Amino acid sequence: MAAPVSACPACDAAHIAEDTAGKGYAGNGQEAKRILLSLPTAYCAACIVGVEGSLKQQPGVRSARVNLTLKRASVETDPDVEPQVLADFLTSIGYEAYELDAGALTTTATEKNSRDLMMRMGVAGFGMMNVMLLSIAVWSGAADATRDLFHWVSGAIALPIVAFSAQPFFKNAWASLRVGRLNMDVPISLAILLASGISIYETANSGKHAYFDAAIMLTFFLLAGRYLDHRTRAVARSAAEELAALEVPRAHRVLADSREEVVSVNEIGVGDLVRVVPGARVPVDGMVEEGESEIDRSLLTGETVPVFAGPGEMLSAGEVNLTGPLLVRVSAAGKDTALHRMADLVAMAETSRNKYTSLADQAAKLYSPVVHLLALTAFLTWMWISAGDVRLSLNIAVATLIITCPCALGLAVPAVTTAVSGKLFKQGMLLKSATATERLAQVDLVVFDKTGTLTEGKPQLDNLGDHTDDDLAVAYALAQGSSHPLAQAITMTVQDEGIRPARLTEAKEVPGHGIEAIWNGQEVRLGRAEWLGAKALDRTATYLKIGKRPAVAFTFTDNLREGAAEAVAALRKQGMAVTLISGDAPAAVQDVAFRLGIEDYRAGMLPEDKVRAVEALAEDGRSVLMVGDGLNDTAALAAAHVSISPATALEATRVVSDIVLLGRSLEPIGGSVALSRSATKRIKENFAISAGYNVIAIPIALFGFATPLAAALAMSLSSITVSLNALRLKGSS
Amino acid sequence: MNVLVYLIPISLLLGGLGLAAFFWTLKTRQYEDPEGDARRILSGEWDDAPPED
Repeated sequence: MAAPVSACPACDAAHIAEDTAGKGYAGNGQEAKRILLSLPTAYCAACIVGVEGSLKQQPGVRSARVNLTLKRASVETDPDVEPQVLADFLTSIGYEAYELDAGALTTTATEKNSRDLMMRMGVAGFGMMNVMLLSIAVWSGAADATRDLFHWVSGAIALPIVAFSAQPFFKNAWASLRVGRLNMDVPISLAILLASGISIYETANSGKHAYFDAAIMLTFFLLAGRYLDHRTRAVARSAAEELAALEVPRAHRVLADSREEVVSVNEIGVGDLVRVVPGARVPVDGMVEEGESEIDRSLLTGETVPVFAGPGEMLSAGEVNLTGPLLVRVSAAGKDTALHRMADLVAMAETSRNKYTSLADQAAKLYSPVVHLLALTAFLTWMWISAGDVRLSLNIAVATLIITCPCALGLAVPAVTTAVSGKLFKQGMLLKSATATERLAQVDLVVFDKTGTLTEGKPQLDNLGDHTDDDLAVAYALAQGSSHPLAQAITMTVQDEGIRPARLTEAKEVPGHGIEAIWNGQEVRLGRAEWLGAKALDRTATYLKIGKRPAVAFTFTDNLREGAAEAVAALRKQGMAVTLISGDAPAAVQDVAFRLGIEDYRAGMLPEDKVRAVEALAEDGRSVLMVGDGLNDTAALAAAHVSISPATALEATRVVSDIVLLGRSLEPIGGSVALSRSATKRIKENFAISAGYNVIAIPIALFGFATPLAAALAMSLSSITVSLNALRLKGSS
Repeated sequence: MNVLVYLIPISLLLGGLGLAAFFWTLKTRQYEDPEGDARRILSGEWDDAPPED
């Protein structure tokens, strides 16, 4: 029998660490530097020991600590240690690691907030248990002086705790009252305050009923809902920040003495000279000073055809340099680049979305006035029945307020959102907005972007059969040496055909134009149409010219992204219309639409056109889901009812979208709509459950039969049912 | 009923002890890496470092 293979081979490295652990390095006396590394594959106990131990052995490392929940390592080092070195080291011993930009992570504020909520919840929980012990004594028949004593003790515990723990509700209620609106926190605060007030009065007058337990229980349950809500958002936010922090923007700055240094983009100023190597993203806006190349603008405009760039041409941040190195004189950097100016367009488009009122707000809008009116009516009616007994009437009014039980309503939404966001995260979808699922459930029309969303943005040769073997052999030989995506596509396809490259001499790449060489005494060229004197087609193509013969075209189509067909089919099956809106040339768009069976498509759309198209659809009463990755989609993403972007999109694009697709495949999109519909159904069921409890409880309260015991029972029962109902989501779908 | 004079303060004190312990766990940041802490307990390493992140 074979020896069992280690489940985590990398963890075996832990042994190396164990030998030398415990030594510790105190540092070289200089100020410590904090480095954050992302560890996406760490999952086991031995990984923690392995990573921490081997990091501590690295020169200059003072301490290292792994956080397995966030899949992150925090390292304290001497100031001269490079984060990249540590990341590479960890990757080399089997723990995949990436450097994180510590500046982009602002976890401290959320962390503090969540600790604060937890503390208030803990205090309320402590108080609730103690008061409940005393209340049980009262419910089981304590009378006279004993009952009064118990009430006094309950009050002494409950009042300071309510004053401390319920502060978030008081603050929110006050903030909303000041602008003349009612939210959920208003009836909550009123119920808590009135319950406490009437209890003090009753206790002072040796009354039978005191609601200290109800006040504190309400606070505890509502804090639980608030905490769940907060945690869901914090997890989503930290993951989103992680995506942003993974892109540490760097630029190669060329100094006056023509030395080069690598600096952060933030340090680049207008007038600096920056080198952009082939394959790199242009980090700044600027003018080309030296060098010729081709530029891929697909992220900015959706065009798949690369454009020529030579001295005097303007470049924008976000474009990708394809063939030759370029020296760029910076005209705008950082926040002033065209990439960031897109934000204005986005801000305008976003106002429409802010009009969305969440289900929770809708419920609150209905609930608050009804509850307040009921309590008031109860008070006035009993005043009339009892001929002016204020004490009795007030008691009944308060019982009505408490028993209508906003705590089930407070839990109804967060419990479901927690469940659904966990489920979506497992499928590789990151929920960034709290109301995204509700909005996703309403979608009836899906707008896709083409380049980079439905397609991979990787060209593939599609007219192989049109060429002779000789042509292919020459094209293959020319393309071999180039890193240009079209050249690589030719190499890949022809290689698979089993054709051997032709023997060339004097091959050289002319950046920005193509590749030329000598074959059998003739000059051969592969490259842009203008360079060869050929007529350019209106689609992605490169051209081959042999000697004096007219040039032949190699045309390319874009590969469909994994799961694109499945996603489109699944959305269709659920009765949604699918539209394709792209900035690319008509032929390319038509091709993709045809392959996916999308009848409705529009090509050549500018960013403003896309926004207008989405807004026009919204005016027709459609709820639009926009899926896009390009910068040209950003404004349209913001204008749509709900939006999804893949993780490969630029940061600016991911920021405006509600959901980020973490994996490569588009397939989860189909299921996510179904899941969010089921989640919305659960939320509505939860509201129905709370309403159901109220239908039974309110008459009891109105007729004056409600006791503190009934209030406590109604409150806990409804909260538990609502939470259990939310968990049912996990089983379905 | 005189026993209540002792019992109520005692129950409060015990509850208060629990609350103080909860505050301590919050203050020493013991809720920040629940998954990692669940695994750390399995490792044989001597580990008294406070979590730093």
